[in-house]
Amino acid sequence: MTETQNLSVRLTDTTLRDGSHAMSHKFTEAHVRSVVRALDDAKVEVIEVTHGDGLGGSSFNYGFSLTPELDLVRTAVDEARNAKIAVLMLPGLGTIHDLNQAHDAGASVARIATHSTEADVSIQHFQHARKLGMETVGFLMLSHRTTPEHLAKQARIMADAGCQCVYVVDSAGALILEDVSDRVSALVAELGSDAQVGFHGHQNLSFGVANSVYAARAGAKQIDGTLLALGAGAGNSPTEVLAAAFERLGIHTGVDVHGVMAAAEDVVKPIITRMPIMDRASIMQGYAGVYSSFLIHAERAAERYGVPAWQILEEIGKAGYVGGQEDMIVDVAVQLASGARVA
Amino acid sequence: MAKKTAAIVGSGNIGTDLMFKIMRRSKNLEVKYMIGVDPASDGLARAARLGISTSAEGVDWLLAQDELPDFVFECTSAKAHEANAPKYKAAGIHAIDLTPAAVGPYLCPVVNLDALEDVLNVNMITCAGQATTPIVAAISTVVPVDYAEIVASIASKSAGPGTRANVDEFTETTAKALEEVGGAKRGKAIIIINPVEPPMIMRNTIYAAIPAQAAEAGNLQDKIRAAIDEAVAKIQDYVPGYSLRVEPQFDAAREDWNGNGRVGVWVQVKGAADYLPEYAGNLDIITAAATRTADLLADRMDAVTPSTPVGA
Repeated sequence: MTETQNLSVRLTDTTLRDGSHAMSHKFTEAHVRSVVRALDDAKVEVIEVTHGDGLGGSSFNYGFSLTPELDLVRTAVDEARNAKIAVLMLPGLGTIHDLNQAHDAGASVARIATHSTEADVSIQHFQHARKLGMETVGFLMLSHRTTPEHLAKQARIMADAGCQCVYVVDSAGALILEDVSDRVSALVAELGSDAQVGFHGHQNLSFGVANSVYAARAGAKQIDGTLLALGAGAGNSPTEVLAAAFERLGIHTGVDVHGVMAAAEDVVKPIITRMPIMDRASIMQGYAGVYSSFLIHAERAAERYGVPAWQILEEIGKAGYVGGQEDMIVDVAVQLASGARVA
Repeated sequence: MAKKTAAIVGSGNIGTDLMFKIMRRSKNLEVKYMIGVDPASDGLARAARLGISTSAEGVDWLLAQDELPDFVFECTSAKAHEANAPKYKAAGIHAIDLTPAAVGPYLCPVVNLDALEDVLNVNMITCAGQATTPIVAAISTVVPVDYAEIVASIASKSAGPGTRANVDEFTETTAKALEEVGGAKRGKAIIIINPVEPPMIMRNTIYAAIPAQAAEAGNLQDKIRAAIDEAVAKIQDYVPGYSLRVEPQFDAAREDWNGNGRVGVWVQVKGAADYLPEYAGNLDIITAAATRTADLLADRMDAVTPSTPVGA
């Protein structure tokens, strides 16, 4: 384990993207304006704003946006004085056309996400984002599903396509301590000076912040968080806790700790409709390795079909479904309700 | 009636699967030629062993043969088909295009073949398009569909380099076909590649926005169920592994659905394992649809005047 002195990371706040799941994609322009204002004042350098499932996520499968995401992006760009506005996109769900529109709306960072073993579907999108002059970030989602060595090879595919920072993304909140540092170290060794490494954590097993510290010590340069942990599953690593903990550990972030604490308490708390919590269903997501955004969809299916959400999620974990396969939840719930075995 | 002859252009997974499909399942066709660009390809070697004339010298070799085929199946890439299409047309050969080039109209044999007049070049959409447009079209026969959305999940092992390099093309083509073939006012398509082992069998989920009344139990809903069942039976005739995972699910109207209700249909496509294993239902459904299309066109050609290309 390396010393923490002189380490420096950039915090990206994704309250307005990952937090969109917990809000059932009902953020308004007023919400965006107030959150961006507070984060920007607290010197957070990158703020992500998109539907929870990325550009084009507004759908039957993931939930429709109350306000078109491009309007939210435009609002964020208008409100930010220093922070860059980032957007997320998942190839297969969003397209280059969506990326162009986000760029036109003023987004300057493109974060492009694939499952941890399928990086090659993102090549055309990274190439295009770089052509647009956008900063690029790659997300290897559900990173727990593959080994550090294989993950590093996937990171290489993204870097060669033009990705400037590849994230180890713990979409299920399933990674614990060395699981994270081993993966980050493998990516750092593979990428060298070709691209940075980042980490995106979830709280399903309560390791979001601790894992982020392990990531930073292993060489990660970009770390994600959300205010009040607002996000999918049991929520994300809380930005305000990351900022405070990193300061205590001597890891430089440049973020004003009082500012992000105030942003969480005074700006986000009055907006939100549910507090992310570690309950039976979300803990099961970390335990069974299930994509965090399945939570609310599983809760809805539980209510409709009379099967517990944790049980639906456990079966989803066994079946090995990946991010974006929210449609499988109803299938699993109906089969569980009828007493049939799940494939 | 003598069998019509077919040439398969492209000797990759799709072309090779199609070769077996035509040999084993077509009533009107025989494979005469298989054309690739890589002399070392597994598909060409298998074709040669089966007594099919093969060449790695591309379409120009094919068009220089004394006996031209009645049908050519394009299993290359959109770009290659754009270049080849005018040559097939000039030679009067029916082209069944399995690339996303869409030089000709989108076609699903159980939905819109009868309605198309000019069928000298037809496009088979995508695997997900073949799996989902008939369901949307069936629902559209009962109620207006303002919006249709599909999620296709395929096994990582069945997603070839062409699919991976062109996911945008895949989703955009499929979405457009939900409108043009399925009859939805607006379409959206999502594709997910899943690496789980053992590989998952191809899945498709179809959601259609339907009027509030149709989402409630009653006559309209019964008609929608019947139309879906009928479509499934028609597809099963050429894709035996096509089945519903669960009964269609109806959701009551919601404000955030513009006051519409929703019907959801969960489909599994188990492949016939003619070349790739049965998880690759995505491969199976598009080659089966292409074979069925050519068989139906062959019937139509014989019904008109023998040896005159239909719609030429």
